[in-house]
Order: sequence, then C-alpha cells, then structure tokens
Amino acid sequence: MNILELKECCMKFGGLTAVSELNVEIGSTDLVGMIGPNGAGKTTVFNMITGIYQPTSGSVVFDRQEINDFRPYEIVAAGIARTFQNIRLFPNLTVFENVQVSLNKSLKHGFSHSILQLKNFHKEEHSVRETIMEILTIFKLEGVKDELATSLPYGDQRRVEIVRAIATKPKLLLLDEPAAGMNPTEKVDLMRLIKSVKEQFNIAILLIEHDMKVVMGICERIFVLDYGVKIAEGTPGQIKNNPKVIEAYLGEVVS
Amino acid sequence: MKTYSSKLYLFVAILTSLLVSFFQDEINPYYFQIIIYIGINIILATSLNLINGFAGQFSLGHAGFMSLGAYTASLVSSTLHASSGNPVDILILPLALLLGGAVAALAGLLVGIPTLRLKGDYLAITTLGFGEIIRVVIQNLNFLGGARGFTGIPKLANFFWVFSVVSIVVFAISNLINSTYGKGFLAVRDDEIAAQAMGINTTKYKVIAFITGAFFAGIAGGLYAHFISYINPQQFSFIKSIEIVVMVIIGGMGSTVGVIIAAIVLTILPEALRGIAEYRMVIYSLMLVVIMISRPQGLFGKSFRLKELVAKFRRPPMSA
Ligand SMILES: Nc1ncnc2c1ncn2[C@@H]1O[C@H](COP(=O)(O)OP(=O)(O)O)[C@@H](O)[C@H]1O
Ligand SMILES: [Mg+2]
Repeated sequence: MNILELKECCMKFGGLTAVSELNVEIGSTDLVGMIGPNGAGKTTVFNMITGIYQPTSGSVVFDRQEINDFRPYEIVAAGIARTFQNIRLFPNLTVFENVQVSLNKSLKHGFSHSILQLKNFHKEEHSVRETIMEILTIFKLEGVKDELATSLPYGDQRRVEIVRAIATKPKLLLLDEPAAGMNPTEKVDLMRLIKSVKEQFNIAILLIEHDMKVVMGICERIFVLDYGVKIAEGTPGQIKNNPKVIEAYLGEVVS
Repeated sequence: MKTYSSKLYLFVAILTSLLVSFFQDEINPYYFQIIIYIGINIILATSLNLINGFAGQFSLGHAGFMSLGAYTASLVSSTLHASSGNPVDILILPLALLLGGAVAALAGLLVGIPTLRLKGDYLAITTLGFGEIIRVVIQNLNFLGGARGFTGIPKLANFFWVFSVVSIVVFAISNLINSTYGKGFLAVRDDEIAAQAMGINTTKYKVIAFITGAFFAGIAGGLYAHFISYINPQQFSFIKSIEIVVMVIIGGMGSTVGVIIAAIVLTILPEALRGIAEYRMVIYSLMLVVIMISRPQGLFGKSFRLKELVAKFRRPPMSA
C-alpha cells in the first residue's frame, strides 16, 4: 500500500515553476531518496507535502486521503513529520522541551486542565515525561536533555531535529538534507540512525540529500529532480549510471 | 514535581491576602496606595508577558483591554451597588470584575484574529491603534462620562481582592507555561514554521494568548477603578500600555519572576524619586536606557535561567 502519492503536482511562484507535474509514490515502509541540483525544487516538494505551500495544481494523497487543503498542523496529525534544511529547533527551549512540543498534539487535556491542574492532569504530564525520556534514551540524548537545543554541536542538533519529528509519531518522515554540514564520522552515524529509525518505528522515509554516499548507501529507491521535473527514478545502481542524471549534475558543476 | 503543590501556594497566598486585608487600615494610606498599584501592575505585566514574552506577539494595546475591564466593571457595580446594601454586596465586585474581564477577553479575540497575519512592528502598531480607538470611543460615550470620566465608583477593591487576583494570575500563567500544553506558546514564539510542523495550531495559540492576556488586563482595570473610584480615558492612553511593556522588557520577556520584580521596582521608582521632582522622569528614563544597554535580554531574561546556569557548571559528556 502506498502511504504517499503525489499526482501531477505543480507549484508555481508567479512566473517560476518550481515543481512541474510531479508524480511520486511511496510505500508504507519505503526509504526513498530525492536528489537534484540546488534549486531543483526539492524543498518545495516537502513544503507542498507539509502544507506550508498549497500545490498550484495536482493532488497530494496521504494514507488514502487528499491533504491539499490541510493546514500544516493537521498534516502532522495525519502522520507526516519533517526536518528542515536549515535547522529549525526552538532556540530558547531545552532538548527536552523541544521534544515536548511534539507531544502537544496528542494531549487529552487542554487549556483549563493545564491551568487548574484538574483530574488526570498530573497523570498525563507524567506519562508525557516518561515518553520523552524514553525517546531521548533511544537516541542517546538523555544526558543533554536540559541543555538549550541550539547550544549542542551541529551534528547533535540535526539529531534532535530528527528525534523531535519522530516524537510526533509519524507514518512518513521527511528529512531535508540531514547530512548537510556534517563531518564524515557524523555522516556514518546519521546513516545508521536513519536505518535504525526505519526499522524500529516501521515507517516510510523520504530523504533529500546531496551527499551521494549517504543517498546511495541507504536508499532503496531514488528519484531525481531537475528544474522541477522528475528526470529519473530507480535503484541507486540505475541512478548512478543514468546519463540524464549525470548531465544534470555535470551542468551544475560547470555553472 | 513542584507543580503538585502549586494549589497549596495559591491557597496560602489568598489566605495571606485575606489576613493582611484585616490590617490594611493600619498602613499609611500613601504606602498602601503604592502597594495596591504594585499589585495591579503585576497583574498587567504578567498577563502582557503571556502575549509578548511567552507567545511572542508584540502587543501595545494592553491599556485598551484594561480600560474595557475598568469601564465595564464600574458600570456593573454602580448599577448594582445603588440598589442594594445587603449581604450580596460582597459578590458585586467579583461579578463586576469577571464581566469586565469577559468584555476585555472578547476584545482580545476581536483584536487577536485580524492581527494574526501581522508580525513584529506591524502587530505593535495595530494593537497600539486599537488601544487608542477604544480610548477615543469611550471619550465620546456620554453614559460612561465621556472625557470628564466615570465618577462615584464604589470603593470595593481592597488588599484582599487585589492580591488574590495577583496570586491567581501568577498561578494560572505559571501552570500554563510549565505544562506540555503551554509549551505550544513558547514554540510559536521561538519558530512559527517549526511549531506548525510539529503539530501546533499556531493560530489557536496566538488567539488564546490574546484572550487570556486581555481577560486578566480587564480584571486589573476593574480593580483599579474600584480602588480609586474615578476613572477617565486619559488614564488608559498608550502611555500606560508602554509602561506595562517596559515592565515586561526590563523584567525579561518570558520570565514571570523577572516581570514581577520589574513591576514592583518600576512602580516604586517614580514615587521614590518624587523628592527630586523635576528630574524624576529623566532619571527613570536614564535607568531604562542603562538597563537596556547592559542587559538587552532584561534583568531576568533568557540567559538568566537557573537550569541553564547549573547545566553549564556540570555539562555532562556528550554520548555518541
Ligand atoms: N516562496 C517562494 N517564492 C518564490 N520562489 C520560491 C519560493 N520557494 C522556493 N522558490 C524557488 O523555487 C525553486 C526551488 O527551490 P527549492 O525547492 O528550495 O530548491 P532545492 O531544495 O531543490 O534546492 C528555486 O528557484 C526557489 O528560488
Ligand atoms: Mg532545499
């Protein structure tokens, strides 16, 4: 079963067509890579899926439901979580609190319960805390839980962002250039992390990445965007030898 | 978890307010007035801090909400008080305050929704304009006394009422911010796009911040009116809004303790400087400038987080 289907999705900004008639299918436990030169429209695809932009035309179907008109928070509730190309952690919140925000959406209590601390409030807060600590422990972040998230080393910030996304309990995780700015050791750790996330949580992952070693190393399937158009799709081996892909990337190197 | 006992703190605080109010006539009336103003300013500053400091929506309209509460409450109590003199009297003030708070909260909703798309300076200017509109409208409403003001408001607010409300506001806002639900406000403030992407309904949070902040400002207005028994539109001009914003900024946006201390200090300071009358405002302003230059994050802002200081001293080794 496909968890996500993009059907003929277009995204236009004035005269610029950032994404053009894109068709993508992602199965419920796939690990798919999206690559392409800078400005190809990759991040725009994520923004269309997560409701930051509404596709100019076409439809985004998630879990058999069209989500074009969903607001971003409704899309998270439906089961899509993401990270950002430029890390967007909450700068004044600790690692713990950054993850805590993700659990907000599934709270049973609300405004008045939180103020008056009515029945079950403490019970639920307690279980939220336990859930956060469990997640932090899985990702070995429990030791820095009270540090400001943005005070961590770069690689760890990326990790917190992934953890924060996972804490929303997604069925599909979108990672926007998670290896950007990482050193080779951190990249190896990241690859291991992504694989283990997929296995432990049994979810689908769509990954944008520039580092070919990372993409080729972990993705089962890859599609390539160039000027908003999907120019190729296949296994890492097929993509590596696809002349169109080589040309698109050579074009970038030359310019 | 410390929140377990927060209801106990509230109970003790209200009880203390009640006890002190039995002796309030013993206090020098001038000092007593300052103490009451401190209480009212704490309510105003901590409630504005929810909007500005916690939810990150720069509002300059707090005096507007305050005046709506003040006038509504005065109207309610003057109407009821005239016709009574029996035991239900004690309920007149809470009823008046709640209605005043409700009208202010409604205004908070009305301002909150259209201003959602605005950020920073634009939002500040719009809310400032809103406050001024309320003032001008009241100035032209004869049944509220117009520019002459509203007189003969029953003097019902005492130490007990003011400081019970102070306790309730501090209790409510601290509980809110410490809860998982309340972290939504901080997320909206820190990064709206990321907040949405983590499932936060940012629109709802902004509106709730405005409604709640306005509600408490309305109640503060009602207490103020029932303490001085005479109000006029000039008391609620944008200067008052700025005064409250200054308390929030000096205290350190988003720090309840800091904002309370700033409210206390900035209420006392102009009074303490009365001796040097003509230089008073100069010194007051100069102090603000010095504080802002030396601690732009406010006295108790961001970098004064105890947790963080402690963490700095025993930074645990990073695990791989
Ligand atoms: N909000 C926007 N308004 C106008 N143009 C945009 C907007 N967002 C993206 N674009 C344009 O769309 C194109 C694709 O951008 P992006 O998706 O960020 O590329 P990539 O992530 O593949 O590097 C770029 O030309 C970019 O300038
Ligand atoms: Mg990008």
